[in-house]
Amino acid sequence: MSRTGTSVVVVGGGVTGLSTAWWLARSGVDVTVVEKGIVGFEASGRNGGGATHYQSPLFHEEQRLWPQMDELLGYPTEYQRERIIFQVDPRKEKFHEGLSLRLPAGYDWEVLDPKQVRELVPLAGDNVVSGVHFHFGGHANPQRTAQAYAWAAQDLGATILQHTAVTGIAMAGGRVTGVETAKGTIGCDALVIAAGPQTGKLAAMIGVGLPMAAARAEMIVTEPLAMMPITGVDGNGLYGRQTLRGNLAYGGGPHEWQDDVVLDAAPPKPSGSVTRNLAKRVAELLPKAAHARVIRSWAGVIENTPDGRPVIERLSDPGNVVVATMSSVGFGLSPASGHAIRDLVIDGTCSFADLSKLSLKRFAGIRDDWRAHLKWLPPQAAEVRVGPGGQAAR
Amino acid sequence: MTDVTLPPPDRFSVAGKSIAVAETVEVLVVGAGAAGCAAAIAAARAGVSVMLVDENPVSPGLVGMDVPFYFGGRATNAVQTPERLVEQVLETSPALAKALEAGVDVRLSTSVWGAWVKAPGLAGLARGLAGLADEEKSWFVGFDRLVLATGARDLNFTFAGSDQPGVMGAQGFHTLLARYDAFAGRRIIIVGSGALALQTADLALRRGLEVAALVEVRDAAQGPAEAVAALRDRGVEIVTGHVPLQAKGNAEGVTGLVLAQRDDADATREFACDTVVMAVGTVPVIELIDVLGAAREMAPARGGHVPVASAEGATSLAEVFVAGDCAGLGEDAEASGQRAGRVVLASLGRAASDPAAADADAAGTRSTPAGGGLGYQLDWARALLGTGGTDVLACLCEDVTRGDLLGVKPPRYLDWRSNAIGRRDLTTIAADGPVNPDQMKRLTRVCMGACQARRCREQVALTMAIGANVAPETVPLAGYRAPVRPLPLSVLADWEEAPDMDAGWNVWFGIATQWIGYEDIGTEREAEQLRAGMPY
Repeated sequence: MSRTGTSVVVVGGGVTGLSTAWWLARSGVDVTVVEKGIVGFEASGRNGGGATHYQSPLFHEEQRLWPQMDELLGYPTEYQRERIIFQVDPRKEKFHEGLSLRLPAGYDWEVLDPKQVRELVPLAGDNVVSGVHFHFGGHANPQRTAQAYAWAAQDLGATILQHTAVTGIAMAGGRVTGVETAKGTIGCDALVIAAGPQTGKLAAMIGVGLPMAAARAEMIVTEPLAMMPITGVDGNGLYGRQTLRGNLAYGGGPHEWQDDVVLDAAPPKPSGSVTRNLAKRVAELLPKAAHARVIRSWAGVIENTPDGRPVIERLSDPGNVVVATMSSVGFGLSPASGHAIRDLVIDGTCSFADLSKLSLKRFAGIRDDWRAHLKWLPPQAAEVRVGPGGQAAR
Repeated sequence: MTDVTLPPPDRFSVAGKSIAVAETVEVLVVGAGAAGCAAAIAAARAGVSVMLVDENPVSPGLVGMDVPFYFGGRATNAVQTPERLVEQVLETSPALAKALEAGVDVRLSTSVWGAWVKAPGLAGLARGLAGLADEEKSWFVGFDRLVLATGARDLNFTFAGSDQPGVMGAQGFHTLLARYDAFAGRRIIIVGSGALALQTADLALRRGLEVAALVEVRDAAQGPAEAVAALRDRGVEIVTGHVPLQAKGNAEGVTGLVLAQRDDADATREFACDTVVMAVGTVPVIELIDVLGAAREMAPARGGHVPVASAEGATSLAEVFVAGDCAGLGEDAEASGQRAGRVVLASLGRAASDPAAADADAAGTRSTPAGGGLGYQLDWARALLGTGGTDVLACLCEDVTRGDLLGVKPPRYLDWRSNAIGRRDLTTIAADGPVNPDQMKRLTRVCMGACQARRCREQVALTMAIGANVAPETVPLAGYRAPVRPLPLSVLADWEEAPDMDAGWNVWFGIATQWIGYEDIGTEREAEQLRAGMPY
């Protein structure tokens, strides 16, 4: 069936696609990753690095795999175990009660009082109201991890085609037979579409409707500070980490929906307009770091499905295609999502988790105007409001 | 029909949120050099409201971080009192006095750390927005037109020992000596022999400093012959065919510089000096251009990466104009600023106050910088690598050596060794696609430090070109990001944030259905959690 001998083509060189390629290559499958730019250059390399996703059916596998990833890949990911979440808003003193409803059994965690928070997070201040300490989860370096998957997959024989945009998908006899690019058609026995915000457009090429919308979100990073005993620290409306270099990297706050994403170029990602709001919250969360200088900001473009949940599914028609979007929460779960997709490609079913609730089927018959209904639309230019500091520009 | 449980409508996006603008102005000019002053004066004389912002004199903290110039730890205590330096800066700039007379709102010791206009990804901006900051606070200024006259900064190369006090850039030297009267050195050696190096030598001698020598990688001095001859007549040696090999020093910094012959690291000469001034060239300051997302191009004759701009300074963004060295090196700054002022007025539908002046310098001319283009820079990079080797730091902030960069090594604090990583280097990266400094930043942390890569950006790109064996002109720009000045969290923070921001703030997208445990999806527990709301 294959015209060139490649068995599987993965469209998308983000962490989901790269992990998939690595897992497939580990199983001896010939795999080619097609990426429009450089591996891990979009949201996969621009996120907070969190690896604590207890809502996901992939959670147990996420937790099982992360501590092994450096060794398995042969390249560093900077994975660090454990996570602290604490709050500085007195209204959120009991936030752990809501959390306790959601945390799966069998994972160690405890509630911290303000003094305990300050011991583990020396940059915290007198404003701490309460915290929790997870002895699981953690964080890794997204940029390093994305490259590690790519290199590890290459080491096992995978081909990674960068700067190669997909222009079409070839079908014959009800199956996908190849992926068309500006550099020619790459034949395949099976196709994985794991292209982040572009996944919906690519699925549409084979007549599959996958509703999604893309948005831009921002992060900031400070100069390096002395290392804290625990570096995965969230709270006050922020997610982030202290990097192993010592920088504080934090995100959160308003996102901006985008109308369209193109298949052959990087999405626009201006950053800086939320920087002051992020800086305020980091200074509130970690008052002893208020002197630290912010040296960069950045933005990433992330997709969401209408319910914010992933789609990870081997399609029935065409039957040799797996579509995967992690719906804006893909980095931390990537060791497990690649494993699941590998299983779907080779075995037709995931060996370690039920994924049936992540089927596309749930969106059948969704209202045509779901984006407008959810207000998932770009802001209007004339939307001017007057803030306390004077005239408003947005 | 659909089985999907949809979340509530989004109230956590930017839509409808306020950005408080503390001040508004018709024309905002960044940079109060000759170009910026000329543009500001032209606009103000036509009755337009103009704010002219300049970061000089910069705070002692920034001087210590080599921002915006490479000050190299050779400032006197005078920089500890920037308010006293303001007088000094005003005295040395007659154009600033004229701008004040013309009614320009001049803000010194104030930086512009970001600027944005309505664009893809920023659809909600109704007008131009600039982020300003002083030592205490940051704020937003709304503008109709923005003129960037941000000048040029130092082009730097490293050698052994260049991470100690006393190694600095020509722009930093000029600023400390001529603008701040705060230079601490006595005897300098100048690296380079083009117009910039000769001007640096002339300034130093006029100020009573000793100039130990000039150093030139090529076989002949690069500057105008008369100026070279004049300098030699004053007894200053130009050591050609040599590069710095090692700066010697003690606790106070540099005490001498060892030079090596370009092709023979063992053939050395040593000069005593307390300061090494890097004067090989300058680089257009395009930080805000890049943050704005304006079109750029690689133009070696104009100093490298420069904005795509018309002769009058119009950029790809209708609201944004450039003037002076930041538009490309080698232009008459004042004339460039005057032209930009006029084209800004025309874009606002306002007439210039003095139409006669419009004809006086209608045609802009650019002179190619001495030495010309990236080939000259590449000569320096090759010779410094060849003589100094791979253990020399390529990035001072992050302790990344040239060898780490060429070998694409993980940062040293990871202490990572594996056979797999040992097989990777810039040539394997290049085999996978064109090399990109932003990828090297991520993998090696080169250019990721607190100086925001002002001291290493060009050298890293040149080293990458050498390692990947590609033309340096093909290496993309390592991107600039706001804040383009390193600002403390407490200064950058919006402490007077509008209440709608907090009310509509979420740690991620705020999609309630996203965080329901998988087991609970489709059960009564899902409904219960959705009613209870997000836990934090």
